[in-house]
Amino acid sequence: MGQAVAIIGTGQTECGKRTDVSYPELIYEAVGRAFEDSGLSPEDIEAVVSGSMPPAMEGVANPHLYWVDAMGAAGKPLIRTATCGSTGMSLAHTGFYHVASGLFDLVLVVGAEKMYEGDPQGTMATVAEPFFQRPFLAGAPGIFSLQSNEWAHRYGLEEERVRMAAAQLSVRNHTDAFLNPYAHIKVKITVEDVVKSRVIAYPVRILDVCPGSDGACAMIMASERMVKKLGVKPAWIRGVGYSGEEAFFGEGDKVVWQSAILAAKRAYKQAGITNPRNELDVAEVYNPFTFQEMLFYECFGFCDFGHGCELVENGVVMKGGDLPCDPSGGTLCTNPIGATGLQRTAEAALQVTNKAGDHQIPGANTGLAHAMGGLDQFNGVMIISNSL
Amino acid sequence: MIMGAVMSEESRILEGYVSLPYKWSMGATTTRFFEEFKNKRIMGTKCKKCNRVLLPARKFCSHCFEETDQWVEVSQEGKLRTWVTVNFSYEGQPKEPPYVLGIIDLDGADVGLPHFVGGIPTDDFDEIAKKVRIGGRVKAVWNENRTGNILDIDYFKPVD
Repeated sequence: MGQAVAIIGTGQTECGKRTDVSYPELIYEAVGRAFEDSGLSPEDIEAVVSGSMPPAMEGVANPHLYWVDAMGAAGKPLIRTATCGSTGMSLAHTGFYHVASGLFDLVLVVGAEKMYEGDPQGTMATVAEPFFQRPFLAGAPGIFSLQSNEWAHRYGLEEERVRMAAAQLSVRNHTDAFLNPYAHIKVKITVEDVVKSRVIAYPVRILDVCPGSDGACAMIMASERMVKKLGVKPAWIRGVGYSGEEAFFGEGDKVVWQSAILAAKRAYKQAGITNPRNELDVAEVYNPFTFQEMLFYECFGFCDFGHGCELVENGVVMKGGDLPCDPSGGTLCTNPIGATGLQRTAEAALQVTNKAGDHQIPGANTGLAHAMGGLDQFNGVMIISNSL
Repeated sequence: MIMGAVMSEESRILEGYVSLPYKWSMGATTTRFFEEFKNKRIMGTKCKKCNRVLLPARKFCSHCFEETDQWVEVSQEGKLRTWVTVNFSYEGQPKEPPYVLGIIDLDGADVGLPHFVGGIPTDDFDEIAKKVRIGGRVKAVWNENRTGNILDIDYFKPVD
C-alpha cells in the first residue's frame, strides 16, 4: 500500500424529502459540514471525488458538473465515480486511491441523491441491459427477494424463522434511527407490525425495505503527513476491498456470494484482521433489505454459512452484543443511494473517533463499512480504526 | 421536454419530462439467439476452454475471455433456482403486478435465465407458494406470435 490515509472530517445532511433545497444546495450543506468538522476550507482541498446513481434518477446527466460550485471544485481535478448502490463505497475507495497514491494530501469526497425528484425504480430499470434482463430484473425489491429466497432454501431455513429474524432487524434499525439526527424514517414499530405489513416482493414486506431519500454526505481524506501537520486525531482507513461479478444475474452464486466474500477478505487482509467477529467493534453493513443483511454476516465471516439468523436471535448484532451492526439506523431507514455507502463510511469513522453522539457504541476502536451495488453484483468493504 | 411549474410550501417545483429514443445494436450472436426463438429453440454457446454452456448465447466467455462460437441447443425444461412474487409498481413495468419472476436453470445450460413463472393463480401469496417451489421443474410456454425477442417465451410453467 502507498501512503496511509485518514478520514479527518465528515458532513451529512438531514435526509428525507428535501423539497426545501435544490440539488446543489443539498450538497453545499453536507460539504459545509465536512469543512466545519475538519476545520479546513475549500482552498485547502487538492482534488474532488463525487458520485451518484445513474443520472436518470434526477434527470441531469453528468451531475458532477452541476455540483461543482457546491463542492468548491472549480479549478481542481474532479472525477465522477458511479456503481449504483455501492457508489458511496466506491467514492470512499476512489478518495482513498487518490491519497494513497501519493498524488494528493487532501481530497474531498461527495455522494448525493435526490430520489424524490424522479422515479427510482424506473431509473433502476435502466441499469439492466435491454435485451435479456430488463423486463425481469428491474426494481430492487424483486432482485433481493430472489436472492433471499434462494438463501433460505439453500440452508433449509424455515420461512417463519427467517421472517421473524428479519423483523427483529427492522425493529432494531427503526429504533436506532431515532438517535441519528440525519436519519430519514423515524417511526416506532414492533415485530408484529413488520410481519403484518404489506407484501412488496414476497416474502419481503414494506417494513423490510429501505425508503428512497434525498440526502448528501461529504468526507475529507488526508495523508499521514497531513494528519501530522494538522495535529488531528482521525479515523484511519486500514483496509479496502472491492469485487464485482459477471453481467448476467443467473451466472453467479448469490448465496455464497463471491463479490461480498472477496471484498471482505481483501479488506481484512490489508487491515490484518483474522477474526472479524472478535476484532471488529461495530459494523455498518449496507442493509436496504433486512433479509439480505443476514446473508452479508455469513459472507463477511461474522458466522458460518447458513447461520446468519442466529446472530440476530442471540443478540450478537444488536446494541450491547459482541458486534453491533448499523447503530445509525442503517440503509434501511435512510437511503439517498449515491450517498448511502459514504454514510456507512462516515458513520464507522464517527464511531471509532467517539463522535457518534447518541448512537455511539462505547469503546469502539475498529469498524467495518460496506455497500453493495450494480445489478446485485458489486460489493465494497472498508475497515476503519482509530489507530494505524 | 415539457415543462410546467407548481408551487409547494417550501420552494417551487419545476416539473419536466425526459424521454429519449434509442436504437440498440444486438450484434450477430444475439440476433441469431432471438431468430432461433421464432422456431422455439433456446440456444447457448459453449466455451472450449471451460466447457460451460453460456445462456443467452454470447460471443465470448465471461470467465475465460475466449470467443465462444460453438452453438448448442439447451432444453425447454429445467429447474427453478429461485422465485419471487412482485407486488409493487414502477415506470416501464412489463406487466401488472402481482406476477411471479424466477431464475431458471435449463437442462444443458450453465447460466440461469431470468423470466416469468406463469400458468398459476397469482392472487393469493400462499397459493403461489404451494404451486411454485425452488428446485421444481418448469417448462417454457411460447407465444403463438413470435417476433424474435425475450418475451417470445410467454413464461415458464411448473410441470411437477
